[in-house]
Amino acid sequence: MAPGKLSSLILFLIVVIALLYQMNRAKGGKLPKLRRIAGLDAMEEGIGRATELGRPVFFTPGRAEINTAGAAQTFAALEILSYVGELTAKYNVELRTAIAAANVLPLAEEIVKQSYLKMGHPDKYKPEFVQFLSTDQFAYAAGSLNIMNREKVATAVMMGEFQAESMLLAEGAAQVGAISIAGTSRTFQIPFFIAACDYTLIGEELFAGGAYLSKNPDKLGTVAGQDIGKVLASLLILAGSLLATANVKVLVDLLKK
Amino acid sequence: MRRELPMLVAGLSGLIVLLGFFFENLLPWAFNWSKELTAWGTIVSAFAMGLAAANLILIHGKRLTFKNPNWYNSAALLLSMALMVYAGIFAGQKSYLWKLLFDNLMAPLGNAMFSLLIFFIASASFRAFRARNVEATILLIAGVLVLLGRAPVGEMISSYFPVGADWLMNVPNVAGNRAILIGAAVGTVATGLRLLLGIDRSYLGGE
Repeated sequence: MAPGKLSSLILFLIVVIALLYQMNRAKGGKLPKLRRIAGLDAMEEGIGRATELGRPVFFTPGRAEINTAGAAQTFAALEILSYVGELTAKYNVELRTAIAAANVLPLAEEIVKQSYLKMGHPDKYKPEFVQFLSTDQFAYAAGSLNIMNREKVATAVMMGEFQAESMLLAEGAAQVGAISIAGTSRTFQIPFFIAACDYTLIGEELFAGGAYLSKNPDKLGTVAGQDIGKVLASLLILAGSLLATANVKVLVDLLKK
Repeated sequence: MRRELPMLVAGLSGLIVLLGFFFENLLPWAFNWSKELTAWGTIVSAFAMGLAAANLILIHGKRLTFKNPNWYNSAALLLSMALMVYAGIFAGQKSYLWKLLFDNLMAPLGNAMFSLLIFFIASASFRAFRARNVEATILLIAGVLVLLGRAPVGEMISSYFPVGADWLMNVPNVAGNRAILIGAAVGTVATGLRLLLGIDRSYLGGE
């Protein structure tokens, strides 16, 4: 086994066992209590505002393809798209989903279609609700800004993996007076979203979004399981710091295995 | 079956890739299969480009046909797309046409969009740095300190500014970043597990 993989495997298995345990507990009725996440609570308010103003809702699941390292963020964003789609169907609001990754397009189309079907309004679904813009970073940003400006969107939801275009999208939404809700786990882009958006989901909050909004016991269980993983990481950091201060390298050597 | 089969394929593919990653030498078949599956992923993604092109043609073709407001933008998009496809496939990437379109049009347009960032950052900073509450005030103070610490004028005023800026960037900033990274890493494992076990079926249009 390559160096570092044994310790990775052990830690991975501990986290997986913790997730499965918490899922089982949640299934048994012991639902974990989630703290309020303002960005997710604001979603319904934002779509309600779009209904009152008679303007569309803008959504984008970021630029990561589903076969790249950023795929988890894209899937987390798609879970949130499902909820946004249900709300736009419920309130009869136009939805504009801007796609930058070609392999995310069929998934986003299916999710929005199913959301309209679930809410009993399959007839209200339009192909324009999900638009592919471009795989090119700035062509996608320009296309998104164009949608925001031309259609004067009332709410902009930007979830997933972003790069330099994050600020263009967030500020573009602010300039048309839209409520902006963003979420990413890319640490370089979080400050941009915090500076420019009304609400920002930071890191893990994006991954908890699907569970928080759907209230699905299995998904809620995984959120509680994540806490065990974080406690484990914190304990390792603490122990590592103390041992390194005492010049004991046992933990470092173990993690290298 | 419409849902079960894709879920089974996704679950099995994920499991094989995981086994291939951790047990490269112990289970060489899993490693080889995982490489194969990754290549398939790239091929399937290439097919998705066709779907994306169809989506563009469908939406903008409709706008053009029904002469929607700004229909000429859709016409420009479809024309540019056709021209780029012709230049890339038929004329070749060493042709004059490709060079003209890519180097002299696409690249400068991309750079122009990128350069807009500075104005967007300035306007966002103006809003974010207003000291309207405790958090915004802390952000304002930290921002000003880092700005003065990084700019030569800060060092001229006091040699403490670069030291303070370095401390802010290397201690609280790194601590916060690492906390976010750890949370995101565990969140990624949880999302992966939900997909592999078929709990998250959002990619199939379900919950």
